[in-house]
Amino acid sequence: MGNTSSMLTQYDIEEVQEHCNHSCLVCPVSQQEIVSLYQRFCQLDRNGGGFIREEEFLSVPEFAVNPLSQRLLRMLDGLNFKEFVAFLSAFSSRASLQQKIEFIFKVYDLDCNGKVAFDDMLDVLRDLTGSYISEQQRQQVLTHVLEEAGYTKDSMLILADFIKILGSSEMKMEVEVPVD
Amino acid sequence: MRKLKSSSSEMELDRPNIEEYLPIESIQHHHENLRLRDLLNISPTLTEAAGAIIDDSFTRCFKSNPPEPWNWNIYLFPQWCCGVVVRYGILFPARVLVLTLGWIIFLSSYIPVHFLLRGHDKRRKKIERYLVEIICSFFVASWTGVVKYHGPRPSMRPKQVFVANHTSMIDFIILEQMTPFAVIMQKHPGWVGLLQSTILESVGCIWFHRSEAKDREIVARKLREHVQAIDSNPLLIFPEGTCVNNNYTVMFKKGAFELGCTVCPVAIKYNKIFVDAFWNSKKQSFTMHLLRLMTSWAVVCDVWYLEPQNLKPGETPIEFAERVRDIISVRAGLKKVPWDGYLKYSRPGPKHTERKQQSFAESVLRRLEES
Repeated sequence: MGNTSSMLTQYDIEEVQEHCNHSCLVCPVSQQEIVSLYQRFCQLDRNGGGFIREEEFLSVPEFAVNPLSQRLLRMLDGLNFKEFVAFLSAFSSRASLQQKIEFIFKVYDLDCNGKVAFDDMLDVLRDLTGSYISEQQRQQVLTHVLEEAGYTKDSMLILADFIKILGSSEMKMEVEVPVD
Repeated sequence: MRKLKSSSSEMELDRPNIEEYLPIESIQHHHENLRLRDLLNISPTLTEAAGAIIDDSFTRCFKSNPPEPWNWNIYLFPQWCCGVVVRYGILFPARVLVLTLGWIIFLSSYIPVHFLLRGHDKRRKKIERYLVEIICSFFVASWTGVVKYHGPRPSMRPKQVFVANHTSMIDFIILEQMTPFAVIMQKHPGWVGLLQSTILESVGCIWFHRSEAKDREIVARKLREHVQAIDSNPLLIFPEGTCVNNNYTVMFKKGAFELGCTVCPVAIKYNKIFVDAFWNSKKQSFTMHLLRLMTSWAVVCDVWYLEPQNLKPGETPIEFAERVRDIISVRAGLKKVPWDGYLKYSRPGPKHTERKQQSFAESVLRRLEES
C-alpha cells in the first residue's frame, strides 16, 4: 500500500480488517467501505505523504467548525491508513456499544494513561461550551453531576466507569460510508 | 502546502444562515435532571466530526471525477489507440495551427488599431471588441467547442450585470465569443496575466486579489463605477469566486447583487462525454488544462441566458443572490451547497463553532435550572 498507488489489493484490505479486530471477532468495517475510505484518505492526503496532516483535515470546513476538532486532531495525528480505518470503525453501524464507549473514553483520555481526571472532563466541557458558561459555573456543574453519580472531584475514572455510566444511554454514533 | 488563515469577519457577513443547511445536533431535550452521563456523552459532536472526515459536501464540489475507462477489452483497446493517434497526431496539430492563425490575424489587426486609432477612442474600442470576440471564437474552435446557446441573446442595456456559474476560465471565452463582456477576474501570473493586462483591458476588466482583505472595498467601488458609466461593456461576474466542478454550486457572493442593477443569470453546463471541463486550479495549471482540452475530441456545453431578475422589495442582497443561484442551479442541473468558495483558501471563522457552543451551553444551563 504505497503512498503513490491508489489501488488496494485484497491482501491490503484484509490487513486493514485484521488491524481493526483488536477487541472483537468481526471487523465492523466491510471491504467495500475500506475501498471507499481509501479513496477518501487519498483525497484528503493531498501531498501523498501517507498520512493526513492537520491542515489537510482543517481544509474540510465541516470538520474545522466542530468544537472537538482540536482534540480529535491530536488523536488523528500521523495516522496511516490502517489506523485511520481503525479510528473510524467506532462509527460503523456494526460496531458494538462497548467499542463506541471505548472511543469516547479515548477522546477524554488524550494522554492515554487509562484514567480520566476531573481536568480532562473539564477540558472537553470547555471545548463544547466555549465562553457561554463561566469557568466557575463549569466546575460547579461538573462537580455536582459527579457527586450525584457517586464520584468526587478527585476521582479518576477508568474505562469500566465509563461503561457503567454510559452503558444505559441511547448512543447514536453512526456514520454511513458512501459506497459507489 | 499553502498556510490557511482565518477569514476576516467581513466574509462572515456574506453568508446566509448556514444553520438552515447543516444539521443542528444538540443534546436531547428531555426535561429531566442533568446527569453525569449527559455531560460525558459527546457522541453527537463526535458523529458530526466523523461524518465530516468521511464525506463532506465542500470537498465534493472540487472533486474531478475521472471518467469510466471504456477501452478495457481486446476490441475496444485498438479503437481507443486509433483515437489517441487521431487526437494527438492529427487534431492537436491542426488545432494549434488554427489557434496560431487566429493569433496572427488578431495581433496584426489589434496592434495597428490600438496605436493608430489613438484619438478615435469610440471607433477603436468598437473594433477592439470585435477582434476580441474573434480571437475567442478561434479559442473555442481550437478545442472544437460545441456550444449550444439557449435563450435570447443579451441586449446591451445600461444598468445590468450578468452572473454565471463558474467551472473553468474557458467559461469566459465561451460567453465572450457571443457578446463582448467586461469581466472581473483574479489576476493570474504568467501568460494569462499578460493577456489580462493587455488585451482584456480593451473590453474593460476589473482585477482583484483574493488574498487582500482591503481589496474588497476597492473592487466594490470599481464595480459601481463600471456599471454606472454609459459606454462600458456589460459586466460578467462569476459570483462563486472560484472554479467548481460543474455538479454543484457554492454560495454566491453578494457583491454583484447590491449594485442596484438588473441581474441577468447565465447557466453553463458542460457535457462530460468527451472531456471534463472542470479546471482544478490546485491540481493543474491553466496551460495543462488547455492542452487537455485541445487533445480531446470536443468540449460540449450548453449555455442558457435566463430571465433578468431584479431585487424584490424587502429582499436583502444575500437573499437575492441565493434566489439567482437557485435559478441557475435548477436550469443547469447543479446541486447547491452552503459553503463559501473562498474556504478553498482559508479556514472558516469562529462564528459557526461559537454557535454550536452556545446552543450546547444553553441546554446544559436550562436542564440544570430544572433539576
